[in-house]
Amino acid sequence: MTPDAAQLAEKLRALLGEGRVLTAAEDVAVYAYDGTPVLRQNPACVVFPTTTEEVAACVRAAGRGRTPIVTRGSGTGLSGGSVPVEGCLVVCLARMDRVLEVDPRNLTIAVEAGVVTATVEETAARHGLFYPPDPGSRRISTIGGNVAENSGGLRGLKYGVTRDYVMGLEAVLASGEVVWLGNKCVKDVAGYNLRDLFIGSEGTLGIVTRVLLKLLPLPAARQTMLASFTSIEAAGETVSDIIAAKIIPCTLEFLDQQTLRCVEAFAQVGLPTEAAAILIMETDGHPQVVAEESAAMAKIAAARGAIEVRTATDAADAERLLTARRSAFSALARVRPTTILEDVTVPRSELAGMVSFIAATAAKHRLAIGTFGHMGDGNLHPTFLADERDHDEMHRVELALGEIVDRTLAVGGTITGEHGVGLAKKPYLRQQLGDSSYQLLRLVKRALDPEGLLNPGKIFDE
Amino acid sequence: MSESNLLKSLDYSVLQQCMHCGMCLPTCPTYDATKFERSSPRGRIRLMREVADGRLDVGPAFADEMSYCLGCLACQTACPAGVDYATLFEAARGEVERRGVAGGLRRRLVRWATMSVLFRRPRLLRALGRLLWLYQRLGVQTAIRRLAVVRLLPRGLQRLESMTPVVRAPFSHQRIAPRETPPAAKHRVALVTGCVQDLLYAAVNRATADVLLANGCEVVTPPWQYCCGSLHAHNGELELARDLARRNLDLYPVDELDAIVSNAGGCGSHLKKYAHLLHNDAAYRDRAEAWDAKVHDIHEWLVKIGVRAPRPSARGLPDQPLTVAYDASCHLLHGQKVARQPLDILRLVPNVVLVPLPEADWCCGAAGVYTLTQPEQSAKLLARKLDYLAGVGAAVVATGNPGCLLQLETGMRRDPRLAHVRVCHPVELLAEAYAAESRK
Repeated sequence: MTPDAAQLAEKLRALLGEGRVLTAAEDVAVYAYDGTPVLRQNPACVVFPTTTEEVAACVRAAGRGRTPIVTRGSGTGLSGGSVPVEGCLVVCLARMDRVLEVDPRNLTIAVEAGVVTATVEETAARHGLFYPPDPGSRRISTIGGNVAENSGGLRGLKYGVTRDYVMGLEAVLASGEVVWLGNKCVKDVAGYNLRDLFIGSEGTLGIVTRVLLKLLPLPAARQTMLASFTSIEAAGETVSDIIAAKIIPCTLEFLDQQTLRCVEAFAQVGLPTEAAAILIMETDGHPQVVAEESAAMAKIAAARGAIEVRTATDAADAERLLTARRSAFSALARVRPTTILEDVTVPRSELAGMVSFIAATAAKHRLAIGTFGHMGDGNLHPTFLADERDHDEMHRVELALGEIVDRTLAVGGTITGEHGVGLAKKPYLRQQLGDSSYQLLRLVKRALDPEGLLNPGKIFDE
Repeated sequence: MSESNLLKSLDYSVLQQCMHCGMCLPTCPTYDATKFERSSPRGRIRLMREVADGRLDVGPAFADEMSYCLGCLACQTACPAGVDYATLFEAARGEVERRGVAGGLRRRLVRWATMSVLFRRPRLLRALGRLLWLYQRLGVQTAIRRLAVVRLLPRGLQRLESMTPVVRAPFSHQRIAPRETPPAAKHRVALVTGCVQDLLYAAVNRATADVLLANGCEVVTPPWQYCCGSLHAHNGELELARDLARRNLDLYPVDELDAIVSNAGGCGSHLKKYAHLLHNDAAYRDRAEAWDAKVHDIHEWLVKIGVRAPRPSARGLPDQPLTVAYDASCHLLHGQKVARQPLDILRLVPNVVLVPLPEADWCCGAAGVYTLTQPEQSAKLLARKLDYLAGVGAAVVATGNPGCLLQLETGMRRDPRLAHVRVCHPVELLAEAYAAESRK
């Protein structure tokens, strides 16, 4: 540890006490990563503030010595957003985990940033309310991380993403000042919408410490189905037909054979491992609508040659299916040591072509790939199965990624639908945004964090 | 033996299998307690990888963290990537012992006395058990406690004295004949009587033999059995564990048996992995593989052979409903993945009404010798478990492992909310139901 870092650690210990400031080798080594494969960088120090005031004090202390700060929740991000930068201070908000208020009269919930996403959902449900965004890591991901990355999930198609539920937030700026942006009003046009600037800012503009979230009434009914197909195309066409039939289900998830076999090996929920692809379809809302929509979707799947359409027997069965789907990325790690996950998203009209293109690109570069994703909203997760020690193979992965990005952008898509740019997608951002938009991002960053203290080197190089 | 760094000599792909997604974190009791990444499975695996890669030395902090891990294996159930945490954990604890970084002379003395001496010599263990039984039975314990003589003992021993479990003689070999044959036997199985089970819960072994007999199994029970070695493997003594595995493989007539049945979740979990333990031993490898395939947990075996439902009691009166809460042994549930079968067995018992127990898949803090090595965290987990048990208000708590039985019994006896609640093994209820069939 450098003398500067040691000095900072001493100051932080004076602020927080001995137990909430970590600098030992065994302690910092375990904050070198998040959920993103391959990336690794030890921080100099990790702190666990429990109040906004403590976060602000940590930021001011780090700022004096120009020590960069990386904010972290549970470290489940998939673009390297919370992977440390050299010599940095990690501010871990896992212990800021209080639910502050549930307001059933305004349909809101206020929580600290370290509250786990599933806790928000469960707390809301106890009041008959519903928090829809459900990222795959919802049982451990924190709401602060969800806001920072603007996380999506399985219900994006009908309910949107985290951004659509944030009514207000508290953030600590690089200067150590604390700002509150937003309120409980449904309508509010007072000034620039700065709240939205912080959503998806990946910890580069401020540290989100509290969040006020919008809730919905809990849907009265829910029906989950599993359709299996002999070809990927048939699954894709089923999705297009469902959208064309003006049905907006809450979930339309796609898994190819490679993925569903890995998932089944883990979850053992009876997925049809001989199928080329499956769709997990869910509709929710008024019981009558749910019955009509699920019947219509089953009919469409059958018309597209589905081998089987199975309906979940009860809520527990449905939850098992969705939980199995949420494990897809991690389950693919059974096949090869290194899993490189993509997050490309295209307009839904381009989906079928994109799925075929991904398969062809993997074949061309002799790469194993598993593809799954949120077909209903055009968000795909092609995942390369490789070995980071095989340099030739990793080079081929890079080539294939480049081609997939080119194609995605050519059809009007985006390099990341829900994981964020972080470090993993950084090389492609300029290509997507074009020079002037890219410069605009930098301008915003410089205005809010002129010294580049907050998560520097993420999203773009400063 | 000059073994090189145990973590470096591991197949690297086992370490690499963890892609640090974090799905294990919410299932880990020690992460839940500290919210420190190093106390999580993902963090511990990273520390092991740092050691394997030569970036970190095995020091006291590493040793502490591996000791703090319960080894409950809940993370293994949660892991979509299929990481073999048990193997990693055993290698890590083995490396801690190999380097001698943990604890001082007294710790080494206690470890030597228990693992190298007591738990390798069944006759000595039972002799000690008999002595303890006498001490407790003849009122010496009460007298000593009353006279406060224990206060003269060193503090560590005082604590140990207060925790001494009640030894319940007669032991298994006095309750079960070496070979018991039912009329028209369909299967021949060996019964593993265990060490703790034998000294404290020999009645569970008798009940196990009874339910096996009632289901057409001839029961072979060697009167002097060796410890399965799980205590040793989980605590970094892999060589001693291998030695015990070989002794057991020599003791049982594996080829003549349809199954080797264990009624202790922790023992069974380890007994099923002899092939892995002895994979470098050409002389024993094949026999160990045959052995592993035959080892079954009692619940698993009964369900597999189509367990017979007991007939309602012949007393003519309807039995009072008996509310039962099932608390899963971690090594039965997460280690052996035997989840459904104990519940199936309990549902067979005519008057049993199962009440769902929240967090039944969460460790009770027993975790082998964790009560001794990490008393504080163990007590916290026990308190949490007792709160849930008090909440469901069942008349009986059933669990399939002697460590858990002892932990729950100890906690419940001191807890006024639960002092009246019976603690038992699921097969005891089944055995009682069979016994009641003929009772008038």
